[in-house]
Amino acid sequence: MDATEIGLWGVPLAILGGAIRVSTPFIFVSLGEAITERSGRINLGLEGTLVFGAMTAYAVAVMTNSPWLGLLAAAFAGLCFGLFHGWICKFPKVNDIAIGIALMLFGSGLAFFFGKPFIKPKAPNLPAIPFGGWSDIPQVQAALDVNVLFLIGAALSVVLWWAFRNTRAGLIVRVVGDSSDAARAMGLNPDTVRLLATGVGGALAGIGGAYLSLYYPGSWTERISSGQGLMAVALVIFARWNPLGCFAAALLFGGAGALGPALQSVGVTQGYYLFYAAPYILTLIIMIATSSPTRSLAGAPGELSITK
Amino acid sequence: MTDRFMLNRRQLLKTSAAGAALGLASASFPISRAFAAAATVGFIYVGPKDDYGYNQAHAEGAAALKGIDGITVVEEENVPETVDVQKTMESMINLDGASLIFPTSFGYFDPHMLAMCAKFPDVQFRHCGGMWNKDKHPMNAGSYFGYIGMGQYLNGVVAGHTSKTKKLGFVAAKPIPQVLLNINSFLLGARSVDPTITCQVIFTGEWSLAVKEAEATNALVDQGADVITCHVDSPKVVVETAAGRGAFVCGYHANQSPLAPEKYLTGAEWNWAKVYKMFVDDLVAGTPLPNFTRGGLADGFVKMSPLGPAVGEAAHKQFDATLAEMMKGGFSVIKGPLKSNKGVVVATEGQAFVETAIELESMDYLVEGVVGSTA
Repeated sequence: MDATEIGLWGVPLAILGGAIRVSTPFIFVSLGEAITERSGRINLGLEGTLVFGAMTAYAVAVMTNSPWLGLLAAAFAGLCFGLFHGWICKFPKVNDIAIGIALMLFGSGLAFFFGKPFIKPKAPNLPAIPFGGWSDIPQVQAALDVNVLFLIGAALSVVLWWAFRNTRAGLIVRVVGDSSDAARAMGLNPDTVRLLATGVGGALAGIGGAYLSLYYPGSWTERISSGQGLMAVALVIFARWNPLGCFAAALLFGGAGALGPALQSVGVTQGYYLFYAAPYILTLIIMIATSSPTRSLAGAPGELSITK
Repeated sequence: MTDRFMLNRRQLLKTSAAGAALGLASASFPISRAFAAAATVGFIYVGPKDDYGYNQAHAEGAAALKGIDGITVVEEENVPETVDVQKTMESMINLDGASLIFPTSFGYFDPHMLAMCAKFPDVQFRHCGGMWNKDKHPMNAGSYFGYIGMGQYLNGVVAGHTSKTKKLGFVAAKPIPQVLLNINSFLLGARSVDPTITCQVIFTGEWSLAVKEAEATNALVDQGADVITCHVDSPKVVVETAAGRGAFVCGYHANQSPLAPEKYLTGAEWNWAKVYKMFVDDLVAGTPLPNFTRGGLADGFVKMSPLGPAVGEAAHKQFDATLAEMMKGGFSVIKGPLKSNKGVVVATEGQAFVETAIELESMDYLVEGVVGSTA
């Protein structure tokens, strides 16, 4: 019985475990959105893409009995949503924010429509790698069961951070995002670059959705997302369009989200609504601390419709 | 315009009647349909109809009405507890001609359903929960609910026998009276087995938050709870997460045993089909509908899931004995001497609240042994 009592150690452990478990959808959606926004466009529809990705992944995993095929299908579905957004926004006088909101509702609605028959069946889950084998404590082992998608997301954030600075593709995305005129002068077609950037962003959001339905919480219901897609879009601004920042912000949100349940589980039961607001209070504080009346947001792409 | 349409329809019906007279049996079908349509009943759900939980339980009840002759059932799911539900009710009344509406979620009552009651005095509204009060609310409104706390007491009995750590976990949505009664009943059921058992409760603050419910379940298991139950709209995530961590689960709202066949002990389920049939029978017969409807295990409003394979001999025996006692009526879960977990006496020696006691519907405390707070 003593082995199962970890008392107050449960709180830091839950924050660590929560950061790893809860953050993965935030990581993928915010990295995807970072790519899209760096190219000068905002796709607010990623919440819908996330939900549709969750449904697609679950449905395909149920039908083929392979979570990896489900993951691929979710990425493909996300790609289609992203390309659709990019294609519509190519037309003159189209507002990318309005299209994003429309696609958010469309994606969720379509996912609910196609997802009805998949609420009951059980899909195989994505595998996790047990990093906690060194410990005898089951709670530590459980917290350190790290899903492969988390590791891929972590690696991807480093690769993107490096690629934005050091590769030709990264430079192209940045120049299109900072000045369409300069991009055209270089012989680049901004619309094509944005189309592809939105497509890739959508594919990553689809993968984020697959994590929700195929690993944690690991089932398809219409309430699977509690706004992770929207939060992740906000995280990109919070992270100043920096992929490493996106990763850190996602971890912070995951960990802060685990704080409320963990504190209640060790008997700190007063004021839990306040603890649940912790991530948002933290965001507000950081936003206020880093804002300035004299300059625009550091790192903001110049072509972004919110900064123009 | 309308008159002309009516005339056209009448002519159409006449023609089909003539057709029937000529021996075309199929043509008479629309007439008998048109005359038999006695009433339309509307159901509004806050979440999806197949959530393995609260909404599924209601939708199963609604589905039981669909075979009744002359009753048309209209349903809408995923309706938020905002002005949206007023629009849904208006369209059910104006477009579908509903004469009886069941807004099934707690937050639909005030102000949304009350506003509609005033606007449509000829339509009957029955709300699931305990909010209707004869002195304050209109007579075309009403409430119905079941004493499902008894079911949670039985869950607790089985959990108390099964738990090795003597620590139970409860994932709860909001600290409203019905939820608090369930938590208290679960613990008191377990304490009828072993008075040293405690129950840790975590409030998620919302009826349906998949990720937070999973986090709460993990946190409970991390703290050594080995039997978990819940009161959230869709127990699917809690049941799957708890079973995945190796804990036993007791279900709620509907039967979740297919989700965790090995770890599922039993569950407290609604049997709304019985309740909705009662209302519709009254509606068809033309008798006034009751405003205040309550019932428990003995009335068939609530039922228990079949016991799972992990339930031991002793648990099985006490479960059966307690259930038989409850079916006789007069069983009280809350009985003195009993203190709240803040040390306030909630029932003195000899004082007992039977399931029908109206005091229980305004419960605002957690009993001694529950680790948690109502705010």
